[in-house]
Amino acid sequence: MDASIAEQQRILASDWGGGKSPFGTSWSKFMMWIFIISDALTFAGFLVAYGFMRSISPEWPDQTQVFDMRLITFMTFALISSSAVMACAVGAARAGDAKAAFKFLVLTIGGGIIFLGCQVYEWSHFIGEGATLTSNPWGVAQFAASFFLITGFHGFHVLSGVFILAVVAIRAAMGKYSADSVENAGLYWHFIDVVWVFVFAFFYLM
Amino acid sequence: MYLVETGSEHKAGFIRKYVFSTDHKIVGLQYFFTAFAMAIFGGLLSILMRLQLGWPSRMWPMLETIFPVGMAGGVMSPEFYLALQTMHGTIMAIFVLTALFTGAFGNYLIPLQIGARDMAFPLLNMLSYWVYLLSCIVLVLAFFVEGGAPISGWTAYAPLSAIPESGPGQAMGQNLWLVAIALFTVSSMMGVLNYITTIVQARTKGMTMSRVPLNIWGMLSASIISIMVFPVLLGAGVLLLADRIGGTSFFVPAGLVMGDKLIPHSGGHPLLWQHLFWFFGHPEVYIVIVPAMGIAAEIIATFIRKPVFGYRIMAGCWIAVVALSMVVWGHHMFVSGMNPFLGGFFALATLLITVPSAILVLCWVVSLYGARIQFTTPMLFALGFVSIFVTGGLGGFFLGSAWTDIQLHDTYFVVGHFHLTMAMSPLFAAFAGVYYWFPRISGRMMNERLGRVHFWISIAGAYAIFLTMHVMGVGGMLRHSYDTTQYDFLKHLQPLNVFVSFAAFALAASQLIFILNFLVSLFRGPRAEANPWKANTLEWAAPAPIPHGNWGAVTPEVHRWPYDYMVPDGGEDFLPQNAPAAVLENKRF
Repeated sequence: MDASIAEQQRILASDWGGGKSPFGTSWSKFMMWIFIISDALTFAGFLVAYGFMRSISPEWPDQTQVFDMRLITFMTFALISSSAVMACAVGAARAGDAKAAFKFLVLTIGGGIIFLGCQVYEWSHFIGEGATLTSNPWGVAQFAASFFLITGFHGFHVLSGVFILAVVAIRAAMGKYSADSVENAGLYWHFIDVVWVFVFAFFYLM
Repeated sequence: MYLVETGSEHKAGFIRKYVFSTDHKIVGLQYFFTAFAMAIFGGLLSILMRLQLGWPSRMWPMLETIFPVGMAGGVMSPEFYLALQTMHGTIMAIFVLTALFTGAFGNYLIPLQIGARDMAFPLLNMLSYWVYLLSCIVLVLAFFVEGGAPISGWTAYAPLSAIPESGPGQAMGQNLWLVAIALFTVSSMMGVLNYITTIVQARTKGMTMSRVPLNIWGMLSASIISIMVFPVLLGAGVLLLADRIGGTSFFVPAGLVMGDKLIPHSGGHPLLWQHLFWFFGHPEVYIVIVPAMGIAAEIIATFIRKPVFGYRIMAGCWIAVVALSMVVWGHHMFVSGMNPFLGGFFALATLLITVPSAILVLCWVVSLYGARIQFTTPMLFALGFVSIFVTGGLGGFFLGSAWTDIQLHDTYFVVGHFHLTMAMSPLFAAFAGVYYWFPRISGRMMNERLGRVHFWISIAGAYAIFLTMHVMGVGGMLRHSYDTTQYDFLKHLQPLNVFVSFAAFALAASQLIFILNFLVSLFRGPRAEANPWKANTLEWAAPAPIPHGNWGAVTPEVHRWPYDYMVPDGGEDFLPQNAPAAVLENKRF
């Protein structure tokens, strides 16, 4: 009995004792993490479907022949770099330096826009060469269909991320921001970058 | 009657207070009444199906006036039967049961039971309900568009669901179905983000994870499953929509001819849809049953008047169910043409997940052992839940093993099995929950005598219908056929079909007793005490009626677990979670 009381008192004094956040995080940050888990599973579903399509197709086009890998590498670089800048924005916001936070947020948005610009170029080039949802010059129809769906869904995420960052940046410029909101937007942005690493690896490299 | 507090310090207009309210209690009640309306609608669809199955191709001239196309000449068309089946399954599995447990009970009870003032994000919570309502409307609209409701089943198997020409209802009807499912997914995500965040972050002081009520463990487990499987359904739905509208071929193989038309798709595979769908579809069963288990466990724990057995074991079992629920989906696909080696794996995983389920049942039965059980209406329904869950679960052994499933697949054995486990037993838990928390919500008691009549007719009806279906299934009764008298080998089973139909009508009629009891008690029931069941959990410690924000100036502080019954020092036999610690000396936590 004494042992169990001691054990209970230990738990009560711990982070899980109630009346506080077990992880020392804000509610919104915790929720952002849960949201990221769920969104990751949507992308996992798409990538599994793509893997399934590819494994049942008799042949699959050689991506290096179809895409300009220098462009893909550049846009990947731009997106990953924007993630690093985003980390600086979070650091500045934590330190209470609204001016620096605004500057880094604008740079992050710039990285996102460069990425989106490259993607628009890539899409128009791809469509110009005859790719549609139902057919393409390089082989099975599923090749272009998966391309449009997966990069499109990811691009939609980048676009929404840019909007979210813009809202946070404007609020930072007006001085009406919290370090938490910058950090939450940052979490989402990092997540989008990590997803792109998987898309890049599975769709363009493998 | 009061459903919510109407005090003067919270001066909001009627609209803000009852319609666009961010109060978790109002949102919970909105979820409850919407899901209840959908349940009545889905139930009526099953009555139409039972009319057809009991008396195939008989004329029902009156029905022609309601369904001029589906019942042209008063006779049900096969397509209309399939549409009824599709919509009944979709409505009941997703739009009723999922919404009823995490949506209605979860919303109302989570903040109250953990001592929080509201959900973590009340606005998101309100949006969750309104998107849910929109999804219900879009789904029901499918009945009224060109071609009617979809006929591809609640599983929307491709290629039937991927090709608009595959039947009436497969064009606009199937599109609306997909949009409704996507909306429901979004609504569910908004709700579930709230439930998990609230349970983890907003527990009041002293409410450790080993002190939250069992119901909270059930809600948390179901929410974790939701967060992981609904997104995959959303992804699959996007791919299906691309196949239907964009002309892609993710799910459609080459060389398919429908009507006289060669379908121009090629290179896809229907199995992909089945894998993606069942990765959601099977865990969906646990999203329904786990909170039902939590509610039943909560009610059993109150009415045995002694400490419940195996609190930590139950919580552990639910966590095990969460983990295993996502690796068993292939048992729906044993005869689909999937690699038989995979079938072996999924059969093994399925038998593994019966272990935590069986341990949960053992915990409830051991809790009952030696108890002075109070057989109130909520307790009867909770015990009915256990009974039906065990009976239904036994059928699961035969369906979960690939070797026996090959024989039983697509027969009424399957229909009987899943209706017992994921339809009837959650429904009994939901009724138990309504009878149990009614006094807390309305301030009045429901009628016990009518409640008991409702219980006994319901449990007799449930067994009469669904055990008989097991027997018919072993006899080979075909699951999707709208008229089994067409087959010589099934003709001798027709009297059983008639019996099931009569039992179904009786079961449906007995629900009128519940509705009558509910409505009359709401306005004329005897006034309830503050804590009529002498329960320990926090929701009974809130003021009556419960104000917006739930608690007075400070949230309650919790000093022990919720199941301290049979307290030895005489006086009251229970010790609420928030009773001061001074009383605590020498008692277990």
